[in-house]
Amino acid sequence: MSAAMAMPAPVLSCRGVVKRFGGLVAVNNVDLDLAPGEVLALVGDNGAGKSTLVQTISGVFRADGGAIHLNGEKQVFASPEDARRAGIETIYQDLALCDNLTAADNIFLGREIRTRRLGFLPGIDESQMREKAKTVLDELHIRIPDLDAPVRSLSGGQRQAVAISRAVYWQARIMIMDEPTAALGVPEQRKVMDLIRMLKGRGTPVILISHNMQDVFEISDRIFVMRRGSKAGDFVTARTEPNEVVRTMIGG
Amino acid sequence: MTVQSSGGVGSADAPAAATRFLKLLGRVWAWLFLLALVLFFSATTPHFFDLFNFQAMGANMAIVLVLALGQTFVIITGGIDLSVGYVMGLATIVISLIMQHMVGQPLPVALLAGTAGGLAVGLVAGLFNAFVVARLGVSPFIATLGTLGIAQGLAYVLSGGPPVSIPIPGLGQLGNGYVAYWHAQFGLSFFEMPAGVTGPEVRNVSGFIPLQLLYALILTGLCAWLLSSTQFGRHVYAIGGNAKAALRAGIPVKRNLMKVYVLSSVMAAVAGLMYVLRYTGGVANSGDALLLSSIAAIVIGGASLFGGEGRITGTLVGAMIIAVIQNGLVLYGIDPFWQYAAVGAVIILAVLADQAKLRIAR
Repeated sequence: MSAAMAMPAPVLSCRGVVKRFGGLVAVNNVDLDLAPGEVLALVGDNGAGKSTLVQTISGVFRADGGAIHLNGEKQVFASPEDARRAGIETIYQDLALCDNLTAADNIFLGREIRTRRLGFLPGIDESQMREKAKTVLDELHIRIPDLDAPVRSLSGGQRQAVAISRAVYWQARIMIMDEPTAALGVPEQRKVMDLIRMLKGRGTPVILISHNMQDVFEISDRIFVMRRGSKAGDFVTARTEPNEVVRTMIGG
Repeated sequence: MTVQSSGGVGSADAPAAATRFLKLLGRVWAWLFLLALVLFFSATTPHFFDLFNFQAMGANMAIVLVLALGQTFVIITGGIDLSVGYVMGLATIVISLIMQHMVGQPLPVALLAGTAGGLAVGLVAGLFNAFVVARLGVSPFIATLGTLGIAQGLAYVLSGGPPVSIPIPGLGQLGNGYVAYWHAQFGLSFFEMPAGVTGPEVRNVSGFIPLQLLYALILTGLCAWLLSSTQFGRHVYAIGGNAKAALRAGIPVKRNLMKVYVLSSVMAAVAGLMYVLRYTGGVANSGDALLLSSIAAIVIGGASLFGGEGRITGTLVGAMIIAVIQNGLVLYGIDPFWQYAAVGAVIILAVLADQAKLRIAR
């Protein structure tokens, strides 16, 4: 609580957010603030409401109560597209990439660069999309062996990197990552952590859902604990330790 | 599905070159297979390698190809449209009944009215499929099976069973004619026989580029552009690859699915129109046997029934392979019913090739 007050004006501010599924209250009256360049770890046991909260912020679900402010403006997202347009990019556990498309196609998915061929035929500008994809991948020091290959042929870390570069390209104001390292080998986990640091360096705040306490303590500035749909604790990472966080998670 | 990073990060280039070659082979195998078939039949039968035989094959595959074009979009989204055969049949009946009532009117007027009726059948059937699949969430197999039955029933009720023929002069020319004609004595002409050719001289006129093939190739070009170069086409692939991801990326998945089913039925109606032009009439079950051939063409062309993969050029080459097999068997004097077995064997071969390709890609 005291941690939140010391922050500069938050980029994202949730007040009293409620999300119900029938009789189940998945998210119960949650307040959450996110400061510029802050990495907030969102932790909690399975079913604690982390994913539901995040999906309410990113427009997948519509909140049944409370308010979400982005840079001080109240937001009501009717769809994930709305949230993306407002600058909230989510990188899902299952990556949300189309395996059959190339890295460039995935970066521009749903927002393809359009052009007119021969002056009148509507089409998409593949060479420009490829060029811009290459620029953003280079910028993030991401090496993709074959830009024209479907992302199915890439490694887990490379795919994660494609998902992150999509968010960077579209100038996310907030990045939400749901278990970004869960399916990765150790070297690739390091790469993703480096990317999160890079985002932080660019001033993009990150909400990170993770079960991995080591990751959480390594990278986060703040740890937000949920239990049974409610906020159970909010710690400055430097001033807490894993046992305290885990105790809060399981309600000891 | 844990992804190990072993070899993934700094993969060497030598195996990459080999996989690239295999991938290329995976992409062009159907063309190579077609080439092999053409070479085989050319070498072993006297009348196969002949411009006029090729033209006949082209004209014969045109209707199946057009049915397959729209279906290709559906299959890439991971769906299937079983109704195309009887939507086509219903369209032939509706077009023929309308045109029967317009006997005596000028051909363009009757044709326009018939075409409008046929396209309306396609549009209504497509919207119905689209609604049931995209809005009500019924699986495409079941939804389009239902539409198949409805279209079949309507086609038989409207026609009473027997073929509906259209006695309007000049109609058949549009379905059986050629772009160009040549006669040694009367010279070259376009879209109709050289002036003055009559009686037995008709036999000495050569036609070039069957109109049926021309129609099919124009539609092939349009669909190829739509699928490979437009935002709609890219979204069709995205939906087939990962519908959830497409939705999260802000792609209007339902609206795109609806467009795809409407496109498929409208193409079926166009195939029906081509049938009417060719046979100057309609038959309720005219598209029945073509459904499987059209799906076979798509699968042989490399599309995956799981969605996400497929190309219009693949569908074209698949249709060509089927046409060549049918034609070759006839020239061999083999019972034409063997063609079904041969096409079936090629489908299985195509799917095996596809699986091998996917294994290499992993």
